[in-house]
Amino acid sequence: MDFAFNDEQELLRSQAHDYLDRVCPTRRVRELMETEAGWNAAMYGEMAELGWTAIPFAEEDAGLGLGMVDMTVVLEELGRHVTPSPFHSTVCFAGMTVRASGDSPLRRELLAGIAGGSRRATVALLEASGRWDASGVQLRAERKGDAYLLSGEKLYVPDAQAADWMIVAARTEDGTHDGVTLLVVDRSAPGVEVTPVPAMDQTQRLHRVGFDHVEVDAAAVLGSPGHGFSVLRRGLDAALVAISAELCGVAERAMEMSVDYAKTRRQFGRPIGTYQAVSHKCADMLIQVESAKSLTYHAAWAHDAGVPEAPLAASMAKAYASDAARNVTALAIQVHGGIGFTWEHDAHLYFKRAKWGELTYGDARLHRERVAQLLEL
Amino acid sequence: MDFALTPDQEAFRDELRTWLSENLTGEFRSLRGGVGGPEAVAGRRRWQRRLHEAGYIGVSWPREYGGRGASLMEEMIVNAELATARAPETINVIGLYMAGPTIIAHGTPAQKTRYLAPLLSADEIWCQGFSEPNSGSDLASLRTRAELVGDEFLVNGQKVWTTVGHVAKWCLLLTRTESDAESRHGGLTYLIVDMEAPGVEVRPLRQMTGDAEFNEIYFTDVRVPRENLLGEIGGGWRVAITTLLHERASLGVGLQIRTRIGLDELFTLVRSDDQRADPLLRQKLAQLYIEVEAMRLNGYRGITRLLRGEAPGPEGSINKLMWSEVNQRLTETAMEVLGPRALLADDRASAGGGWSYAFLRARANSIEGGTSEVLRNILAERVLGLPKSR
Repeated sequence: MDFAFNDEQELLRSQAHDYLDRVCPTRRVRELMETEAGWNAAMYGEMAELGWTAIPFAEEDAGLGLGMVDMTVVLEELGRHVTPSPFHSTVCFAGMTVRASGDSPLRRELLAGIAGGSRRATVALLEASGRWDASGVQLRAERKGDAYLLSGEKLYVPDAQAADWMIVAARTEDGTHDGVTLLVVDRSAPGVEVTPVPAMDQTQRLHRVGFDHVEVDAAAVLGSPGHGFSVLRRGLDAALVAISAELCGVAERAMEMSVDYAKTRRQFGRPIGTYQAVSHKCADMLIQVESAKSLTYHAAWAHDAGVPEAPLAASMAKAYASDAARNVTALAIQVHGGIGFTWEHDAHLYFKRAKWGELTYGDARLHRERVAQLLEL
Repeated sequence: MDFALTPDQEAFRDELRTWLSENLTGEFRSLRGGVGGPEAVAGRRRWQRRLHEAGYIGVSWPREYGGRGASLMEEMIVNAELATARAPETINVIGLYMAGPTIIAHGTPAQKTRYLAPLLSADEIWCQGFSEPNSGSDLASLRTRAELVGDEFLVNGQKVWTTVGHVAKWCLLLTRTESDAESRHGGLTYLIVDMEAPGVEVRPLRQMTGDAEFNEIYFTDVRVPRENLLGEIGGGWRVAITTLLHERASLGVGLQIRTRIGLDELFTLVRSDDQRADPLLRQKLAQLYIEVEAMRLNGYRGITRLLRGEAPGPEGSINKLMWSEVNQRLTETAMEVLGPRALLADDRASAGGGWSYAFLRARANSIEGGTSEVLRNILAERVLGLPKSR
């Protein structure tokens, strides 16, 4: 047993740390937040050159043949830097969903574009119900000859404007567990209307995507028709680990900011960190950060090892990291006092990013229920 | 990163499982929980002896001191398998996890020869004399006096919260030799005291559960030979830190597994009671399960650090804190599930399955082995580097 990162992974971490420190300080994050696109193509290209987009894919799929454990170190850094980027939606959700589908020319094309960093992709899953399970997929795709016809809308679609491809979860058969078909739609296809929806976390871009009689070739089905959700489920389980890793980074950085502030901010003639009402909050942050990491690293290992408990490990990590990041970033605002509530201070960037991570792919409540089910309670 | 055991470790585990199936039988099956009366003490002593004969005591201790000479991994495997098999606790917990490592680190060759072998075989049981009525979290304020008179220390004072004090042969006693030392820590001296010596009086201390797991010890003009000094006169604090570090590290390993067993029992109760449909209860149980898993994985990270030869991380203190909160919440949840059945008095022998006892006992969890407040100070000051609060 060895519960630690190897030398290559530590090197990857320090590379990611140095790179993001240089190109993505929070000053840069704030600039990107104010732009319409919300991300920077040059930065994305550099991440691809560093190999990040290729990490979790096999060498025959144009990847580096590494896994979620390696991905974790990069994602923690992206969380620490609250980096605005379509990286997560492209590589961790869309990419891992494509990876989970059976071999096909479509799969090869998508993975080549995603892993190589030349293309971006997103998954259009949620609808008005806000449900993350198959029963939430109500948008219908009607088979018409060699094509499917899509009409309706998807909500809260991440990075839809940045994406070249959208993996649209559509209902082709009745059912609550599946009956879902994954259709790969070009963002610029006729009848596709992408409308940005301002998000509370301005480091994220969400969209309403309308489909008006969009014709999708049957060759653009990812996996097999009617069995799309089982593919999506595996993509989601990988994305759960990924978002947990980002939340670990978000929480850890918020804790560090709080500790630094508690050491230097003086009130009543001494550093506020000498008061146990403050220092014990910092200790509680540490407990949650370290435990979130332990669960997340283990879930990443379980994913790569393909052990049967991998889905359980993923939901445990997501449940814990969701609560931990929310608690820690909220405590960070409290430790900073008034300055922590200002727009000028970075605390709110972390608090909002934590909320994004908490509510994306289901919150702690949803994943605790899934844990209970997986434990046959 | 790899959570799998090596083939050698798997073979070691399988061998132990076979051994347990053949040896964890008869009287050993019914020995559970608490220190218990004289019969339980004798049974737990026999259990430790049997484990020792098979080489499962002092697994990671060096061979020269009577250990197996294996790594911490094997030690962890043994702890996990013993707990999973619901084996009784060995009688000499304080000897094995506190006295032994402290003597190995600070003892003279003669002390190692004298004390370690009978400690492993449970021929001699150890207790710990640190806390006093007026010195709990502020241990360094202790007042039990030791005065060097010729070749003997003359000891006077009182200790409290001494587990197995009534059956112990030796006590790890932290005393004050100089009251005017420049630092409070500077005047402390660490002695090994014979509990059978004249002037040692042990009184059971009844706790809120009704049991007496702990004792008070009174020392009146107790003569301790100078050769029983551990470390140097005035150097007792450094030795005591070794003991306390090992206390927390050893707590970390065993506690997670025992909590997991408690949680399994709670799951069984919920299933047999058919309360599974309650969504609020499902949330609580899942959260408990997740936190117990987090403790297990935190422990693995700590052990990985030690196996790599790095300094111990914060995992020991984190897990002690988490355990106390999780175990209190776990037993409270069990009380909710039981409803009016939980109102009955000590239910260890009745249908209640011991939950009301466990519920009361759990209140000590956030106090014993370092209060939650002291542990948060340790995390804040020693791990996060925040300024001292006092």
